[in-house]
Amino acid sequence: MKTYEYIIIGNSAAAIGGVEGIRTMDQENEILMITSEPWQTYSRPLISYWLQGKVKRERMQYRDPSFYEKNKCEIRYGTMVEKINKKNKTLQFKSGEIVGYQQLLVATGSAPFVPPIKGLPNKLKETKNIFTFTKLEDVIGIKDILTEKSKIVILGAGLIGLKAAESMVNQSKSVTVVDLANRVLPSVLEEKASVIVQKHLEEQGINFLLETSIDEINSMKVNLSNEDKLSYDILIIAVGTKPQCELVKDAGGEIGFGIETDIYQKTSLENIYAAGDCTQSFDISSEANRNLAILPNAFLQGEVAGINMAKGKAKYNQAFPLNSVGFMGLYILSAGTYIGEEYEVKTQEGYKKLFIKDHRLKGYIIIGDSMRGGIYTDLIRQETDLSTIDLELLMNSPQIMAFNQSSRKEKLSQSH
Amino acid sequence: MKRVYVNEEWCLGCHLCEIECAFVNSGETEMVKAFKNSEKKPISRIVVEEGNHGINFAVSCRHCEIPLCVKGCITGALSVNDKGIIQIDETRCVGCRTCILMCPYGCLTVSHEKTLLKCELCVDNTGGEPNCVKRCPNNAIVFEERDQVE
Repeated sequence: MKTYEYIIIGNSAAAIGGVEGIRTMDQENEILMITSEPWQTYSRPLISYWLQGKVKRERMQYRDPSFYEKNKCEIRYGTMVEKINKKNKTLQFKSGEIVGYQQLLVATGSAPFVPPIKGLPNKLKETKNIFTFTKLEDVIGIKDILTEKSKIVILGAGLIGLKAAESMVNQSKSVTVVDLANRVLPSVLEEKASVIVQKHLEEQGINFLLETSIDEINSMKVNLSNEDKLSYDILIIAVGTKPQCELVKDAGGEIGFGIETDIYQKTSLENIYAAGDCTQSFDISSEANRNLAILPNAFLQGEVAGINMAKGKAKYNQAFPLNSVGFMGLYILSAGTYIGEEYEVKTQEGYKKLFIKDHRLKGYIIIGDSMRGGIYTDLIRQETDLSTIDLELLMNSPQIMAFNQSSRKEKLSQSH
Repeated sequence: MKRVYVNEEWCLGCHLCEIECAFVNSGETEMVKAFKNSEKKPISRIVVEEGNHGINFAVSCRHCEIPLCVKGCITGALSVNDKGIIQIDETRCVGCRTCILMCPYGCLTVSHEKTLLKCELCVDNTGGEPNCVKRCPNNAIVFEERDQVE
């Protein structure tokens, strides 16, 4: 049995962050990476861009192909881990092979949540035209059968569902998005913003059936809760994702809204770290634990885990929701939690809203002009006391001028 | 490493740095060609903020030691080169603006092609000192080494 100093289960943002974190401390010891997919690391959010024809396959690479060699990583493709034996510090693969680790990073990500619906097969792979929308193999399957005559039905008006809709609306006959909620992006936006986004997408030709669910799925047709029937050539299930915690759970690790970790990304199990979509984060904007399945969070957590695995010291205690997304020319930035007092500013392209509680910016949404929005994000991140800031200037547009002179100097006259 | 720093006391708010930045990154050899004969006006990667009470200053990429834009980039288009300079490969940028969301200083902007633009300290154009610093008439921006402050 071979024992590795580091093993990382995963090959996406958190796993790559893990490698880069380890290599800031330790350039020698080998890293074994394990992925169930057959590909080099690629950017998951780019699957819709690829399907849309905006990005070529080789441009989906999240890191250069030389990444593995440069970072002394051995990678096993198409490999499933069956279990973690924490006592012996070993992993057992589905194939039966056993490998040992000194430090383990679990970066298993999230899996699409497929709700039980009458007529929906247990394994979507057994169907020809029902897909989830999180991995490259999903969009490869869709591209294979998508034609200009395809009628597309998408269950779920969240980020994944809408990106799927955007990617297909101009290369299909129709795209209809069905959601039980009464508005689009219910977990990302507040009501007014949802209305603007929905209207924009409708103008681009996407249909919405809100406050509606799919009761039954037949071949090429779904029965809706409003008793209508809707025929489809391609059905996409995009109702959400769930963290993949099973390996750590089975090994006896603590699980909350994902694998529980401390601020060093260490799980409750000795020598086992976790990062990314599979974990629970403490959201500083809502002061609550939640699962934050977003890419920047995954990378940052992975990097912190890697540094600590390699005997460095790093912590991650600035997690909060963050989203930047464009839909057919309409840009949305959002961050934090929508609590406290609301301040709304109308802008040329749309509007923005800031949420302030106890002199702290807790969240914001910008529809339209997203320039310099990160200045707002940083107020959430640093939990800055807004009484030290010219709020009126800041509401008008994000700018360094709104800070007092000593903060300005700190920002612009010192190295960071 | 050498970075661009701001002396706000000295900034006249003349916006020459913006013009010089846009020009040097336009690929043109003459100002008039860059700004007057070009359909798409070249875009600056440095922005002058003008305040009340005569306070002005220019903001461009800080080339942070811990670059949140790079760490948050969903495609890998942003990276740190071996000299510590944060660069963007526009062929890999899809214009998602996550870097705008991540940058605490508001230092990225959008190109005519909708990909992102940022200050790269003029390493790929003039090859010497950043053009904004070179052309600043009053030393309001400087290019120098300053100690890391934690």
